[in-house]
Amino acid sequence: MNLPGGDEVTVTLAHYLVVSGLVFGIGTTIALSKRNAIAVLMGIELMLNAVNLTLLAFSRFSSAFPAGEEPLSGHAFVVFVLTVAAAEAAIALAMAVLLYRRRETVDLDRVNLMRW
Amino acid sequence: MSLAQELHYIGPALALFVGAGVVLFADVLSGRRAPRWGLTLAALAVALAWTFVLAMDGDARGEALSGAVRVDAFSIYFAFLLVGVTLAVVLCAKRWADSIEQGAEFYGLLLISAASMVLLAQGNDLITIFVALETTSIAQFIMAGLARTDRSAEAGLKYLLTGSVAAAVLLYGFAFLFGMAGSTSLPVVAEYVASAPESGRLPLLLAFVFIIGGFGYKMALAPFHAWVPDVYQGAPSIVGSFLSVASKAAGFAVALRVFYTGLGGGDSFMAEDWAIFVAVIAGLSMIFGNTGALLQTNAKRLLGYSSVAQAGNVAVGFAAVAAGSTIGPSGVLFFLGTYAVTNLGAFIAVHVVAERLGTEEIADYAGLSRRSPALAAVLSLCLISLTGIPPTAGFIAKVYIFNAAVQTGHDWLVVLVAVAVVNTAISAFYYLRWVRTMWMDDPVEETRFQPAGAVQVVLLLSGFGVLLFGVWPGPLINAARSAAETLSIL
Repeated sequence: MNLPGGDEVTVTLAHYLVVSGLVFGIGTTIALSKRNAIAVLMGIELMLNAVNLTLLAFSRFSSAFPAGEEPLSGHAFVVFVLTVAAAEAAIALAMAVLLYRRRETVDLDRVNLMRW
Repeated sequence: MSLAQELHYIGPALALFVGAGVVLFADVLSGRRAPRWGLTLAALAVALAWTFVLAMDGDARGEALSGAVRVDAFSIYFAFLLVGVTLAVVLCAKRWADSIEQGAEFYGLLLISAASMVLLAQGNDLITIFVALETTSIAQFIMAGLARTDRSAEAGLKYLLTGSVAAAVLLYGFAFLFGMAGSTSLPVVAEYVASAPESGRLPLLLAFVFIIGGFGYKMALAPFHAWVPDVYQGAPSIVGSFLSVASKAAGFAVALRVFYTGLGGGDSFMAEDWAIFVAVIAGLSMIFGNTGALLQTNAKRLLGYSSVAQAGNVAVGFAAVAAGSTIGPSGVLFFLGTYAVTNLGAFIAVHVVAERLGTEEIADYAGLSRRSPALAAVLSLCLISLTGIPPTAGFIAKVYIFNAAVQTGHDWLVVLVAVAVVNTAISAFYYLRWVRTMWMDDPVEETRFQPAGAVQVVLLLSGFGVLLFGVWPGPLINAARSAAETLSIL
């Protein structure tokens, strides 16, 4: 790949890890700080996708593997993570609807019948 | 290996999964008039019998399904524990499950959750472990929200959101482990960690921290414990009893498997790094759990905080690493065995009181000894055992696990045991205050009541078990030891 100035850069494992680490951090921050249940769910999705990116990057680049061999277990792992994330989101939305019907809010600060 | 053999290796989990399908389909086909309770019990009976066959069949040991699962004394110990707990829960659940619209779904989810836990204890590959962990978690999220009351819905959503964050954190750790070892198989990871270069230390430590965070959530360890009191209080009490015992046991099972098989346990050059980390969160769990429980007036919420404190006690054994020794894990296994009997008895008693008297407040337990003497006796016995007073199982378990920690010879473990002993004294305050309320205070009304027949059997067995393991712990200790020995494979 060439930068505008003409310098050539190689995208390495480290680039992918930094990006996925940032996405994971952003996702964690959203999941822990947002008060709306749906927004928290979006944060969780970001975290899971950061994991997927990490897995795929390692699968493609890692030096622990014999040269030229791309282990498929990383790819398989990603498929499972995607499936589980979909199941989780489905249940979470159902729960949010249930809660909204009863309490007319999905604001986690106001869902506080139980404290301390 | 032939297909029949492979299926034989995962038999107990298979029986429970098939049972869940049968319960749900039979209910739909019969227009919600199927004998759900009977079918669920039948599935559990098959699973229990199959576990017994596996235990007797000495040839059925080793990996199956291309290394995805492993059958050994460790997985069989937990299969007995988890299937037994589920059986007890189902025996006590009939009245409640018949009273709600989604009774069949409850049994189906319970079986799915139990099956995944059995599979979790067998997991030999990071992918298997993740999928089993999530299957059991998602089933538990739904069960927690099943009662459709405000509190139940709140508990379900809180459990789901926090649980999903914990799962993502765990996965991030798994991803790094996979990236370094180049494989998701635990034996390969173990080989990598055993010969890891010094430059691999930092990323490995990072992976450890993420993985302990994810598993700590399942084991109900502080500072990942905030969900525990809310979910135990808000979820239906029968679901709470299942979560407090089975979910915690499965969490410890998989954590031991990953840290002692995959990461080399006490033989690894990194053992002390993560063990100190576990020791710190064990101490925090005891302190947060016990101080939180002191203030509680709701029985289920108190048991939630108590469960965090007890998880801290168990984690003392988890942190007790020593080269070439599995005494720490054997303490964890023994403690979990006695804890299952004890805490199940306490939680079922709370469930019966909530159902019959319609209250969860500890003040309303006043004079329970006059209204239902057997129930009060079993509950008192369980609370005494949770405190750790002889001659109950809880006393032996605490002595065993603290002794294991001291024997490994690390100074910081001695400090942790000292913290644990001080915390035991604190915990006596709230456990025994509850016992005193039952026996000394006068009841508001004198009407007597008795739990249903099946519930009585479970309560009596639990009380009997608490005393039996208290005076004759030998067989259980031996089983825990031989199970823990199979953890190290290198």
